[in-house]
Amino acid sequence: MTPTTTEAQDIVLRLDQITKRFGALVANDAVSLTLRKGEVVALLGENGAGKTTLMNILFGHYLADAGSVIAFGTALPPGNPRAALAAGIGMVHQHFTLADNLTVTENILLGTGSLWRRSLGLRQARTRIEDLSRDFGLSVHPGAKVGSLTVGERQRVEILKALYRDARILILDEPTAVLTPQETDALFATLRKAVARGLSIVFISHKLHEVMAIADRCVVLRHGRVVGTVDTHSTDRHALAALMVGADIVPPAVKPAQPGPVLLRLTAVSTPNVGAAPGLKFLSLGLTAGQITGLAGVSGNGQAALSDLISGLITPASGTLELAGVEPAHWSPRSAVRAGIARIPEDRHKTGTIADFTLTENAILERYADAPFSRAGWMDHGAARTFAQSVIQTYDVRCPGPDARIRSLSGGNMQKLILGRVLEPGPRIILANQPVRGLDIGAITYVHGRLLAARDAGAAVLLISEDLDEIMQLSDVIHVISEGRLSPGFARGAKTPAELGLWMAGQGFHHAA
Amino acid sequence: MRLEPIANPTLARRLGYPAAALGLTIIVASALSLLAGANPFATLGLILTGAAGSTFAALETLNRATPLIFTGLAIAVAFRAKLWNIGAEAQLYAGAIVTVLLGTGAVDLPSVPLLALMALAAMLAGALVLLGPVILKTRFGVDEVVTTLLFNFIMLLFVSYLLEGPMKDPMGMGWPKSTALLKEARLPRIAEGLRLHWGFGLALLSAVAVWVTQTRTTLGYEIRATGLNPQAARFAGIPVNTVLVKTALLSGGLAALAGYSEVAGLKGHLSLDLSPGFGYTGIIVAMLALLHPLGVVISAIFVAGIFVGADSMSRAAAVPTYIADILLAVALLFMVLAILLTRYRVVRG
Amino acid sequence: MSVIFDILLTASFWAAAVRIASPLIFATMGELICERAGVLNLGIEGIMVAGAFTGWMAVYLGAPLWWGVGAAMVAGMLFGALHATLTVPFGLSQHVVGLGVTLLATSSSYFAYRLILPQVTSPPKIDPFTEWRIPGLSDIPGLGDALFAQTPLTYAAFACAALTALVLYRTPLGLALRAVGENPAAAASQGLSVTGLRMGAVIVGSGLMAVGGAFLTLSAFSSFFFEMVNGRGWICIALVVFGAWRPGKAVLGALLFAAFDALQVRLQQTPMGALVPYQVFLMLPYVLSILALILMSRRAEVPAALMQPFNKGER
Repeated sequence: MTPTTTEAQDIVLRLDQITKRFGALVANDAVSLTLRKGEVVALLGENGAGKTTLMNILFGHYLADAGSVIAFGTALPPGNPRAALAAGIGMVHQHFTLADNLTVTENILLGTGSLWRRSLGLRQARTRIEDLSRDFGLSVHPGAKVGSLTVGERQRVEILKALYRDARILILDEPTAVLTPQETDALFATLRKAVARGLSIVFISHKLHEVMAIADRCVVLRHGRVVGTVDTHSTDRHALAALMVGADIVPPAVKPAQPGPVLLRLTAVSTPNVGAAPGLKFLSLGLTAGQITGLAGVSGNGQAALSDLISGLITPASGTLELAGVEPAHWSPRSAVRAGIARIPEDRHKTGTIADFTLTENAILERYADAPFSRAGWMDHGAARTFAQSVIQTYDVRCPGPDARIRSLSGGNMQKLILGRVLEPGPRIILANQPVRGLDIGAITYVHGRLLAARDAGAAVLLISEDLDEIMQLSDVIHVISEGRLSPGFARGAKTPAELGLWMAGQGFHHAA
Repeated sequence: MRLEPIANPTLARRLGYPAAALGLTIIVASALSLLAGANPFATLGLILTGAAGSTFAALETLNRATPLIFTGLAIAVAFRAKLWNIGAEAQLYAGAIVTVLLGTGAVDLPSVPLLALMALAAMLAGALVLLGPVILKTRFGVDEVVTTLLFNFIMLLFVSYLLEGPMKDPMGMGWPKSTALLKEARLPRIAEGLRLHWGFGLALLSAVAVWVTQTRTTLGYEIRATGLNPQAARFAGIPVNTVLVKTALLSGGLAALAGYSEVAGLKGHLSLDLSPGFGYTGIIVAMLALLHPLGVVISAIFVAGIFVGADSMSRAAAVPTYIADILLAVALLFMVLAILLTRYRVVRG
Repeated sequence: MSVIFDILLTASFWAAAVRIASPLIFATMGELICERAGVLNLGIEGIMVAGAFTGWMAVYLGAPLWWGVGAAMVAGMLFGALHATLTVPFGLSQHVVGLGVTLLATSSSYFAYRLILPQVTSPPKIDPFTEWRIPGLSDIPGLGDALFAQTPLTYAAFACAALTALVLYRTPLGLALRAVGENPAAAASQGLSVTGLRMGAVIVGSGLMAVGGAFLTLSAFSSFFFEMVNGRGWICIALVVFGAWRPGKAVLGALLFAAFDALQVRLQQTPMGALVPYQVFLMLPYVLSILALILMSRRAEVPAALMQPFNKGER
């Protein structure tokens, strides 16, 4: 496609042949992209395809090894976020970059203008923020401490940060990952307003239906390379999916569940709030053998408390936890492991593994104190190594060997080692908290397949995820959690995403207690 | 600039940077001696001969290394668990106090059981001194760096009180020192006529014991896990707080052995100058050894050599003996940087 | 009890408290600035020694008093630059580097002292800062003698605290500092240099610590002797925690602490005090610091990114 002269003038941003390596990994391989005025371009790709790296180069957080960034006809000096900001580029990061101890206004003001000015000019700033939030439909309270805001509000602050600086180009990195369907609609409304005012948007995502809904054009990245640029009006989801993955996606076939007895039961459990994160509020839940129970909800609504409770990290402040009808006398991570609970933690880097431990040492992390891995306080390194080797083989962990540090592994292989660690003893209950976050499609399919196999073998699975698609695909029963309260269970297919979204937003709950 | 991890650092890189750190330290030593108006080569030569130029010098170095091995091990054990015990000085004095209490006639035992009892009691005392800050850390979240540091000052004042009051030597001619240990309470020399006592042997033994603990026992595994990632360790079911307490008992006990060995092996009494900062120097010893228990022995001898050498040198040349402390500080800072650079590459951007 | 009451009623007691608090205020503000930017500076103890020595030496060698203060500040900033270089861009352990800097600054000062005065047994004296009685204010009965008949460095200490608070809470620079200590990624995404801000904070903070040290030789005592800082640096770290990382509260903490210190000195001289070993009184400051830490431990004001290096390339 040869751009005509007028089209060329319309181009606000051009990435030209960007290449970036991290050691041996080529994160971006000669990637080019153009963005026109008033256009929404989606950058589509799996996790690890190089989307975030590309945007970090554009924004000056990383230095490219080759290639250039041209904004409004001028090349940006590499590695200089200030220049990118000054050129009118605003970025909304996937992980919000807000300081919790500062107010909304302070966060927005941060870094605007010279550091050496005498005063902050809070009052004028506040007025401007109020104007912007009205114009773009981004309601926030300018004086509130960011630490007390919900996820949705934080995202609005991030967008306001860019708008306050008169950004002409907005980059949003996986902006819907943490939103309810309704919040996503509100975000899209804001984005349409922005486009109508002449802003241009790069929308990074791996969710096909969102890309189809908001983008005009779609650039597909795979393994760091552009594999296609398509007009969203002349394509469909399946074609995009095939382009993104390089093959047709075959979701794992889900057989009907064969439910058995309730293995774990929570009755009217409450836990205290931790900072801004709500605790559980009179929550009752039974996990049934041979069934996947899905827990949908916007992050920060009590999932952490529920997961910590079942993991053994916390005990109920009131209410009871029963395993097969018996209340355990003592509740700790170790007693949870010994009771046959497989725990796949939300953050495999911080909670699931010890980066500087070897694969072997990580493989026995939960059971090092038991035979055969140790006897009377003395470690049996041989037994540990044998176990690690069998996990590596059975779970197809691609690694240099059992003595390599786990930090050198990709997220998918790390997760496979964790799966092996917790599934190999044959657990009766499985807690899977965001088990596929950040994984590529191959690893996702693998993890989901393992969870389904465990279900079919009679385990009770609790799947916690912020990805409603994942929940709806795998779960036999779906509960929604909102501010620590639990919705009734809905059978597979009983509710539409929009209906679940209303529950996620807190509607439908009895306002008891 | 940005740091990029290197997957497989070359041997040249792994040796080159530490060697460069050592070289830079020697350059600093030369510069300091030029500043003092002395010939750098002569100064370095004097330090070297003063540390290892004769049997007497070498034994003096080993004697000086003995408490440093203990405090170095204490720090190495604690830092592995990311327990920042900067209070080895206080634990050392706690050990010394108990050694004097038991060794001046409080218990009537033959020499060997008495020495063993003194050692165990000293370890217990040191362990208890560190237990306070660790419980404050695990129960209240109080940073142990500051509390252990402050305990050092409190302990020195306590020792000062003891030496002027209850433990004062009536024959001390007004000097603040304790009554002397009984003969049975003294650690014997390793060989007749050799100015080296069994404290050194005990230090070597302790290093091996710590090494075995760290590599072969579940406690060692727990300590490393807790130090590297307490959050993951806790999630996996490791009782992190209990591990920290056990680490503290071990660390405090080892530091106390330094006081025990100095009193029972070398000085024979307690005084306020028992330790010229062995507890603090132990941090340098441990860091230079990369927290490896057997490495601690080597680095303690190296550090002791610099002190002994500098003492002897400053008697001959007009270079103040504080050059030793400067060199160790410089070596420490250069070495931590060098170790980082063996594993990371500095890149632009 | 009435003994204590009598002491509390004397102007000289309050004057002493303000005087004792002054070096602590300088150093506490220095540490607070570092920690607010996310860097724990354990070099404080040694940097105070270096400040005490450099300030004193400059004046001893003939410089005017204020130049001595300046020299101390420069020395502190140099050690701060060393600390900052190792801990900020290289991200080395702030514990290890801090203790290393303390050892280096202390031993360099002692080394230099011995070079200049090889033989001296009793340290030579200089003419220290004298009191500036503020016209009018110093004539207020009681209060005037306590607050407005101090040396200029004391007034400077309080001015320094006020300035720190002003900059921290009312200017873009202070906002940026608070942000890098809380969430460096937030600052970086707004185009700020985390490395630059943190290094700047450590260097300036270290300069203030050194001035705190110089107060000891140029205002409180008139000579330099070994061990004169005597753990004041560590106490200041406790004061930062006690003050919940806020300048105003930290100053109050320093004053409270200094009042206790002044009180114990006076109690030692009473008949009641003679019954207690003097070491018990000398222990009080350290014990109080530990108690302060325990008291404040459950509060969550600690900068979230304290002691966390920021390496934007980390993946």
